[in-house]
Amino acid sequence: MSEQMIEGKDVIDGIIEKYRGKPGALIHALTEIQHENRWLPREVMQKVADALEVPFSQAMQIASFYKTFSLTPKGRHDVHVCTGMTCHLRGAASLMAKVEEITGLKPGETDTEAKFTLEAGSCLGSCSIAPELIVDGKHYGRMTPERAADVLKQYE
Amino acid sequence: MPRLTTTAQLEERRAKILAARDPSKPCIAVCGGAACDGLDSAAVATAFAAEIAAQGVAAKVDFRVTGCHGYCNKGPNVLVGPGDICYFEVRPEDVAEVVASAAKGEVVDRLVYHDPASGEKAVHMHEVPFYKHQMRILTGDIPRIDPTRIDDYIAVGGYSALAKALSKMTSDQVLQEVKKANLRGRGGGGFPAGLKWETTKNAPEKTKYVIVNGHEGESAAFMDRAMLTGNPHRVLEGLIIGAYAIGAQQGYIYTRHDSPSMAKHITAALEQAKELGLLGKNILGSGFDFEVELHFDVGIFVSGESSALMRSIEGNAPEPRPKYIRTSVSGIWDKPSNLNNVETWANVPEIINRGADWFTSIGSEKSKGTKLVSLSGHVVNSGVVEVPMGTPLRTIVFDIGGGVPGGRAPKAIHFGGAMGGSIPISMIDAPLDFNGMSKLGAPIGAGGLLVMDEDTDMIEMARYLLDFLVKESCGKCVPCREGMYQMLKILTNIVEGRGRKFDLERLADLTEVTSLGSLCALGKTSSDPLKSMLRYFKPEFEARIAAGSAAGSEAK
Repeated sequence: MSEQMIEGKDVIDGIIEKYRGKPGALIHALTEIQHENRWLPREVMQKVADALEVPFSQAMQIASFYKTFSLTPKGRHDVHVCTGMTCHLRGAASLMAKVEEITGLKPGETDTEAKFTLEAGSCLGSCSIAPELIVDGKHYGRMTPERAADVLKQYE
Repeated sequence: MPRLTTTAQLEERRAKILAARDPSKPCIAVCGGAACDGLDSAAVATAFAAEIAAQGVAAKVDFRVTGCHGYCNKGPNVLVGPGDICYFEVRPEDVAEVVASAAKGEVVDRLVYHDPASGEKAVHMHEVPFYKHQMRILTGDIPRIDPTRIDDYIAVGGYSALAKALSKMTSDQVLQEVKKANLRGRGGGGFPAGLKWETTKNAPEKTKYVIVNGHEGESAAFMDRAMLTGNPHRVLEGLIIGAYAIGAQQGYIYTRHDSPSMAKHITAALEQAKELGLLGKNILGSGFDFEVELHFDVGIFVSGESSALMRSIEGNAPEPRPKYIRTSVSGIWDKPSNLNNVETWANVPEIINRGADWFTSIGSEKSKGTKLVSLSGHVVNSGVVEVPMGTPLRTIVFDIGGGVPGGRAPKAIHFGGAMGGSIPISMIDAPLDFNGMSKLGAPIGAGGLLVMDEDTDMIEMARYLLDFLVKESCGKCVPCREGMYQMLKILTNIVEGRGRKFDLERLADLTEVTSLGSLCALGKTSSDPLKSMLRYFKPEFEARIAAGSAAGSEAK
């Protein structure tokens, strides 16, 4: 991974500097970098570990344990099908099947053009308008498999 | 904002805010809660701001975006005060009419509630069936305040309880009041908050921490988010009072990373409270110092477990610790740490203001006060509900919830998410009560109530819940990691028609071992839904296994 491929390198360096010498801030640092860059390249992980004075293995333990962190590049758009209890009761499984069919992805996967990353997740707290499709944080409530294609079409 | 250095200055500020406001001036409140947001309430809010400017009525009509009003499935919700006129399913094209009517003090009839059966109208909040059976002590202020403005909270009496505690009560008196109120933890356990506070207060270490657990990982629970996003200062005020009673110098608010507006509102609340001197050194001139930091979960269910949450605040992986080490004595960095749920903290200011006797006059014998419930599933009206403890479930499901849609019959009520339990609809007259519901096998948990209709496959539901927990187990304890996996395998076989004789016995064995051999509640209670389903719906399991074996032998 060459450094050019990491977007916003200065911002990331800034985040790392902010937490230099503070091992307790490991999750804070990784979360901010994840938000900025949307995934955690190995080089960045190493820099974080060095600057915060934690073993690389501990940084990796955290990054691989929590679901928010991604150790592989993500698509331009995060597609999320809520699979919480209420969404499940109200048809999340058929919605997920349709979204899988449209995107050609299984949960956790990113397509080769890096357009979409598909995720299953629960519970996002909008149970009253279940089932839900969420794209880049925008909630689409009372979603039906039929309408899912129209929603996803808007994203390039 | 100038720093307030005495309680008198806080009262002056409140008087000034109120003097500048005309209570008879119409105010339009657009709900920006999670569900309304998903129904594009943001477009409605934008339209209101533009329309008020276009009609030139800014001097006549106030406007604010608020947190969750409660009646989520009827969103976007709009409330017009004074008089709390409720408009439902408001679209941007309705906005011009609402603004014009508000300015004239009129009502837009077509947007108010109409009873689906009788067509009867309900204009005001206290007449709408969804609201009229509620007691909105914690949530009532949410439509009245812009959560990003501390002055809105001060206007409704905010921080008066803190002022009272700091100026008129000793820390012991505050603790005694909360103990006397018998405020029980709203996060699931129902453990008396006062006793927990006392343990931390009496722990020998000088450094102590207090924590708001706003993780709300329980599936189908969304009331804590509504509370914390819609009125963050109320939770913060409770936390500061708790810290004073306990003698803590540092607080943490631990919450979800995936709700941007919640993070924004808490951050703003902390900044403004600090600016006004309600956080920091020498709060309101009392000599009491207290700081609060915001922490986010990073997307895993078990981080809501108290000891795991504390590991997470330290920056470590959220693995739970054995329960014999009490976090109240040895929590974050091995210092005494008192953790309570969002709703528990939100109850504290009112207890201090109105007293323990007032609080204990509400609720059932063993469970006092009100309870927030997230009502969803196969139910007509869904949203955030607040009722006195002891309210019969029938009131919640039928009077407030309006029953099951599409004329179908209800089959079961599920409480407490993936670690809760299901009871058959025949038990609908049971009261909402910590002890009572636990005995029935459907502990309230944090308060997610799910209604399931007659077509719900209970075996598939049990399988689904275990599938969720298998993915969320942190993996530290073998019985949890492997036991749940085996239970899931058996349940999947039954669902798919490959059930075998003795499967139910095997499941019973596994549930017992997993419950006994896991450190935290995730493993200990992972099989609770399954146990409750076997208790009340066993014939369904047996029939499916019998049908499965029959189909299997035919295939041969």
